[in-house]
Amino acid sequence: MMRETIGYAIIGLGALFDLFGCVGLVRLPDIYNRLQAATKCVTLGTCLILLGGMLVAGRGDMAAKCLLCGAFVLITSPTAAHALARGAYHSGAPLWEGSVIDRYGAEGAGRGGAGEKLP
Amino acid sequence: MTFALVVLFCLLFSCFLCLYRIAQGPTAPDRTVAIDILGIVIVGVCVIAALVTGRDFYINIAIAWSLLSFIGTLALAKHLEGRPFDD
Repeated sequence: MMRETIGYAIIGLGALFDLFGCVGLVRLPDIYNRLQAATKCVTLGTCLILLGGMLVAGRGDMAAKCLLCGAFVLITSPTAAHALARGAYHSGAPLWEGSVIDRYGAEGAGRGGAGEKLP
Repeated sequence: MTFALVVLFCLLFSCFLCLYRIAQGPTAPDRTVAIDILGIVIVGVCVIAALVTGRDFYINIAIAWSLLSFIGTLALAKHLEGRPFDD
């Protein structure tokens, strides 16, 4: 009983993180801001939902599959976000006009698209 | 059961926010980010469905969905970067 209560509390927390991440995806002004807000919040929220599902399910193959899927999401989601940020920068997506620094462009990554040779 | 319905409502509202960004987003990378986030949110929806119904094949759907969403996002990022797919 105690274990299921803790599991449902963790599931509720994860759902709130998902909701706030998607609000950030709608509200923020720039693709890079949207990418970092949504990726961090939604990765943590889905991993918390999977952890709570593991606690509610107890033992058995359902809990093992929840743990496996949580570990997989925790590994693959930041990788996909990193590749997506790099692809968006090289496709020439503009920064927000209030941005103050661009270290990646200053290091010579270039703003070119398909025609330019990548480092 | 009521708690599960509230959680499902939160997750479905998140899905509608992602769909708004897919429809509205000014550039192609915005839409790609929203597609990636939508795939991760739906994994959570599958887990809640597995807990409500008590059947564990929804977890298999969640694992396969996260795998396919990851591969699709990598392919779209590579396409945005301008590289060929057989690199």
